[in-house]
Amino acid sequence: MSEAIAVPKNGKHPSYLDYQGKHKGFLGWILSTDHKRIGILYLVSILSFFMVGVTFGFLMRLELLTPGRTIVDAQTYNSFFTLHGVIMIFLFVIPGIPAVFGNFFLPILIGAKDVAFPRLNLLSWYLYVAGGLLAVISILLPGGPADTGWTFYIPYSVRTGTNVSLALFAAFVLGFSSIVTGLNFVTTVHRLRAPGMTWFKMPLSVWSFYSTAWVQVLATPIIGITMLLVIIERAFGVGLFDPALGGDPVLYQHLFWIYSHPAVYIMILPAMGIVSEIIPVFARRTIFGYKFIAMSSIAIALFGSLVWAHHMFTAGMSNTGQFIFSLLTMVVAIPSAIKVFNWTATLYKGSIELATPLLFVLAFIFQFSIGGLTGIMQGVLSVDIMVHDTSFIVAHFHYVMFGGTGFGLFAALHYWFPKMFGKMYNEKVSKSAFWLLFVGFNTLYFPMFIMGWLGMPRRYYDYLPEFQIYHVISTVGSWILVIGILIMFGNLIKALVSGKKITDKNPWGGETLEWTIETPPIHENFIDIPTVHEAPYQYKLNEATTLKTQEVK
Amino acid sequence: MSSQEQAVAHVHRDDVGARMGMWLFLFTELILFGGMFILYSVYRYKFPADFHIAAKELNTIVGTLNTAILLTSSLTMALSITAIQRKQKALSIFFQFITIVLALGFMINKYFEWSAKFHHGIYPGSETLLSKPSGEIVFFGLYYVMTGLHGLHVIIGIVLISVMMRFTSKEIVNNDSYVKLESTGLYWHLVDIIWIFLFPLFYLIT
Repeated sequence: MSEAIAVPKNGKHPSYLDYQGKHKGFLGWILSTDHKRIGILYLVSILSFFMVGVTFGFLMRLELLTPGRTIVDAQTYNSFFTLHGVIMIFLFVIPGIPAVFGNFFLPILIGAKDVAFPRLNLLSWYLYVAGGLLAVISILLPGGPADTGWTFYIPYSVRTGTNVSLALFAAFVLGFSSIVTGLNFVTTVHRLRAPGMTWFKMPLSVWSFYSTAWVQVLATPIIGITMLLVIIERAFGVGLFDPALGGDPVLYQHLFWIYSHPAVYIMILPAMGIVSEIIPVFARRTIFGYKFIAMSSIAIALFGSLVWAHHMFTAGMSNTGQFIFSLLTMVVAIPSAIKVFNWTATLYKGSIELATPLLFVLAFIFQFSIGGLTGIMQGVLSVDIMVHDTSFIVAHFHYVMFGGTGFGLFAALHYWFPKMFGKMYNEKVSKSAFWLLFVGFNTLYFPMFIMGWLGMPRRYYDYLPEFQIYHVISTVGSWILVIGILIMFGNLIKALVSGKKITDKNPWGGETLEWTIETPPIHENFIDIPTVHEAPYQYKLNEATTLKTQEVK
Repeated sequence: MSSQEQAVAHVHRDDVGARMGMWLFLFTELILFGGMFILYSVYRYKFPADFHIAAKELNTIVGTLNTAILLTSSLTMALSITAIQRKQKALSIFFQFITIVLALGFMINKYFEWSAKFHHGIYPGSETLLSKPSGEIVFFGLYYVMTGLHGLHVIIGIVLISVMMRFTSKEIVNNDSYVKLESTGLYWHLVDIIWIFLFPLFYLIT
């Protein structure tokens, strides 16, 4: 790393977008080991799959507009919710923030030129694409798309004739991609922090990427082996899970959730990091309780790994087991609440600028709180028995996963977009897109709480007429939401093509390292690795300058 | 544009980081097999008698022989790393070669062991096996899956060590920079230690 960088002829380093490496043009992107370019590759592929997932979700909602058949038959509907789940979980929410913004910004935030293993990083993207293609192929091949739901529960998943094995293998490959990203990030954070950047001077998003990476490394292998075992079971009839051969289907559920519950923290933790990053910038205040937020990420990762069986309260478990898992489930709420309280405390008496990223963050806090509190309700055994497998659950996890992680991802996208591309989007349009998303989201999912409470089962194709009013409201919400999504992406694409060029290093007035480098960043980010002296978010120190600018305004 | 390329390129080398990444990867491998060890313990608890009877069908002599082979190969792997640290390139390549030979010996043994089972009609989905009680079906299911996946790791190990032999002969791996060979060694010891658990669980506890 010691080699000095000579100043090019015109005195300006090319940005990573213009940089010409060994390969040019398209190959220069898909063979690049630059973490920023890989981040963009992930951004494009993940958002493409997101739109596919949105399409399936949209069609499902449309089908549920009226009882009985509306547009498709029941078998197709089963495939829709399976594909919607598999695509959204494995191809969008799990890789989402770490693979896009972690890749792009983690090295910059800790003052490094790249991640620890750049070539492995590129490999993880190829694995991601391979997994995505396998999932798509499983839709198209004869036999039909998988119809088991994204949970692939035994025994149906070993009996059904649809392309379950291929979908499972896709999930296995995607898991491998996730592991590679995880071990890359852990090593990067340990080995490549700039001089002076001690653990407690790291930006909070780095803490959350770091804890997420540990969960990715330690939990994903379990789902890997479980999926592999189901494939083997389907191919050779080994009898490890199939009750007809002596296997235990509940054991499958345990192995599945030992990964898949920690996986929800893989999904939400990075979004929490984004929130912690954005709030101080737009409140112009030092983050409240830095150490508590940092440590709560670790605590969530730790406790979140010990609560998996709360998905199985109705599947047969001892009372002692139920008691322990119910208790631990409520314990996880504590570190999550610590974060929420610290965020609101940071906003208190801040000089708040309601820019688009902050709007998304505020929506995150609102929706995550609803999702989180209903989550605690489900941790209560008696309530869980009642709402199990109803659309109450569907509403809960969409409030956390979409209302939380999805909105967090959109916040990050609007926050870092100018830095990533050197272009600015139209803020008026992005704000109206936000309001459409916010209204559409809540109209879509809130009725599900009510009808779930009243007894509407999840994943059902047909329903009783008294539920129709909620389904109609929900479906109308999905239309508003989709319009919002289209306007938001349209606005960003327009900004890419013909947006206002910016070269300002620090358009938002952030205090972390990415705002000290060029916009867009140069290849390898820093000409000289910076030495860090102060903790992030030190707005107190700059209060004088802030006040001055406010007076000028 | 080539001036740019030279200007910004830097050589990044971090042996500690590389080793750390390898250890993290080995954790994931351990947890991967951990999932199957959980299955083994649950089913052993559920069907103690069937497991007892089924385990008697396995050939302890072949298993012991394979354990000895694999342990010796771990030794030769470690010796090859020590040799490269002492600048003895040819010796290092020789020990890597011996490691591969031993690994192949392990696989050949495994092949004969499996074919003997197949010959007796014991394989997943076979009539003989399906006529047995559930516990025995599960036992042999686990036996094939776990030793099979372990065998797959042995094959990957053989490929990795072959690549390392080439790297050593081309001096990409040398006495100054041998972290690649070291990581391969770590991987090989992992393959060894998993077998050390598989061996008593399947062959010795009857």
